[in-house]
Amino acid sequence: MTSLILRRADGILTVQDMGRPGHLAKGLSCGGAVDRQALIEAAALLGADRPLAGIEMAGAGGIFEVEQPMRIALTGAPMTATLDGAPLRWHASHQVAPGQKLLIGGVQAGSYGYLTPAGGMASDEWLDSRAAHLSIGIFSPLAPGELPTGQDTCPDMPPQVIDPAPRFNGGTVRIIDGPQTGLFDDEVLSAFFSTEFTRSDRGNRQGVRFDADRGFASEHASGLASDLIGPGDLQMTGDGVPFVLLAECQTIGGYPRLGTIIPADLPIAAQAAPGMKLRFRRITLDEADRLWQTETGQLRAALARCRPLVRDPAMMTDLLGFQLISGVTAGNELEDQ
Amino acid sequence: MEYESDFHVEPGPRVLWAGMDGVLLRFALTPEPEAMVATQLLAADLERSPPAGTVEIAPGLVSVLLRFDPVTTRRDVLAREISARAAHILQGPLDRPAPARRWTIPVAFGDADGPQLAEVAQAVGCGPDAAIQQICEADLRVLVIGFAPGQPYIGLLPEAWDLPRQSELTPTVPAGAIVVAVRQIVMFGAASATGWRQVGRSAFRSFRPERDTPMPLRAGDAIRFVPVPASEIEALDKADDGLGGARLEVLR
Repeated sequence: MTSLILRRADGILTVQDMGRPGHLAKGLSCGGAVDRQALIEAAALLGADRPLAGIEMAGAGGIFEVEQPMRIALTGAPMTATLDGAPLRWHASHQVAPGQKLLIGGVQAGSYGYLTPAGGMASDEWLDSRAAHLSIGIFSPLAPGELPTGQDTCPDMPPQVIDPAPRFNGGTVRIIDGPQTGLFDDEVLSAFFSTEFTRSDRGNRQGVRFDADRGFASEHASGLASDLIGPGDLQMTGDGVPFVLLAECQTIGGYPRLGTIIPADLPIAAQAAPGMKLRFRRITLDEADRLWQTETGQLRAALARCRPLVRDPAMMTDLLGFQLISGVTAGNELEDQ
Repeated sequence: MEYESDFHVEPGPRVLWAGMDGVLLRFALTPEPEAMVATQLLAADLERSPPAGTVEIAPGLVSVLLRFDPVTTRRDVLAREISARAAHILQGPLDRPAPARRWTIPVAFGDADGPQLAEVAQAVGCGPDAAIQQICEADLRVLVIGFAPGQPYIGLLPEAWDLPRQSELTPTVPAGAIVVAVRQIVMFGAASATGWRQVGRSAFRSFRPERDTPMPLRAGDAIRFVPVPASEIEALDKADDGLGGARLEVLR
């Protein structure tokens, strides 16, 4: 058994994987990583054939070390990262050697960063998943100590860099109609879809609130029977304020839902930091179906965005000492050579 | 631009799209008793013979969600099949399916374990002892599990129990609290704030992660409450299994 050593936790650090689906009838939501794309991209960077359990870091990271050489991937919300003081590229995989100090600081954009060891986290499982589900007492935030990791199946794979799916600066998320969209008047719907929202300070792994200067309430909300709800749903409070439901949401709820964010765009809402602007765009189910991908399809798409990290100029502290190239350059040849 | 679920507010049953991998059959918008029975019948029917490509079946109070694998089936195929099954169920008779299992659960009613029993009994129009008797004699089922893992909504109580929620929340009721509103009973899995009125307390914990069966109740299970003295619940509280002296009978 190999392990990753956590020396200090600065943000809220939890182990997350793709969650534990299949328990809705028993009132347990899937849970798992808030930004599932981050675990897909980590798997692509590390050469894994499926998403691995990684460490989700809310707001900030911490200080890590290893006792044996270990490949890691840094994905999700970009955070400042250094290895023995040298800047480390985000959206990339790296080799960490024993004795080196990996420091992951605060988020530069977005909300949740991910550190994934090449063998995946090998912490305890509950109902076939390692994901912490803090709101119901399943596992705990990580405390300093040795964290078990799995075996790296391709230790000789060189470091990679990936163009991440853009999702750390708000923008527009696409919505499909849901079972309760018809409870909202056309005027309310068209106003909702032409409004710019601001991510509020209120948000956690269960859901995130988005504010605007008016409400978007349903006139048919009172007396509604509670219904099944899920991640991506836009649950509207009595005042008509949208909460985007995330991985750890409840399974049934009484507030009507205006629609559902498509899975491909949910990480944009999940990663939006407080103050970030977001718009919602209504698309047809046909269009959403065309955009939908299996997990394998998402991984394949992520692999196509990876390339070798041959030498990262940011890590070359003695950059001026290198004979780079003479003449005019595009500035990216170190990666493309 | 046309939207697939561009429907108006109608009372009857509808097949609706629920996300990229869900089809929802909703029998009603409001918690009508007949729709609840139809929901239980449809959920039981789907569980007995799930359509091809089914990933998960989850009953709500008046709706059933079927999650499917978009690689192996299509939602319009499922919608047709579920509609047909629902239509068949609605032809009647709308008798609740016979329960597959029955739980008998000890409860301490009134006093510190049920501080609002007298108030509830008065609203129902009887004395506290008669109210306890009505709860314990009602043919109750787990209608739906939600709000927290394993936590049951149980019903239905007689029509006189159609009590509204309180306008003010009770800041906290303990784990195991038996609370009532809208002809239903919730047995809280953990301490919680609630707008429902507390009439009793059990030592049954509907969610215990470390147990072999963390969430033992299933929608459709029959529930029979048995009144016991407060001291017995206190003693049952100490048992490791968190089952509060509940007895499970498998009926079929």
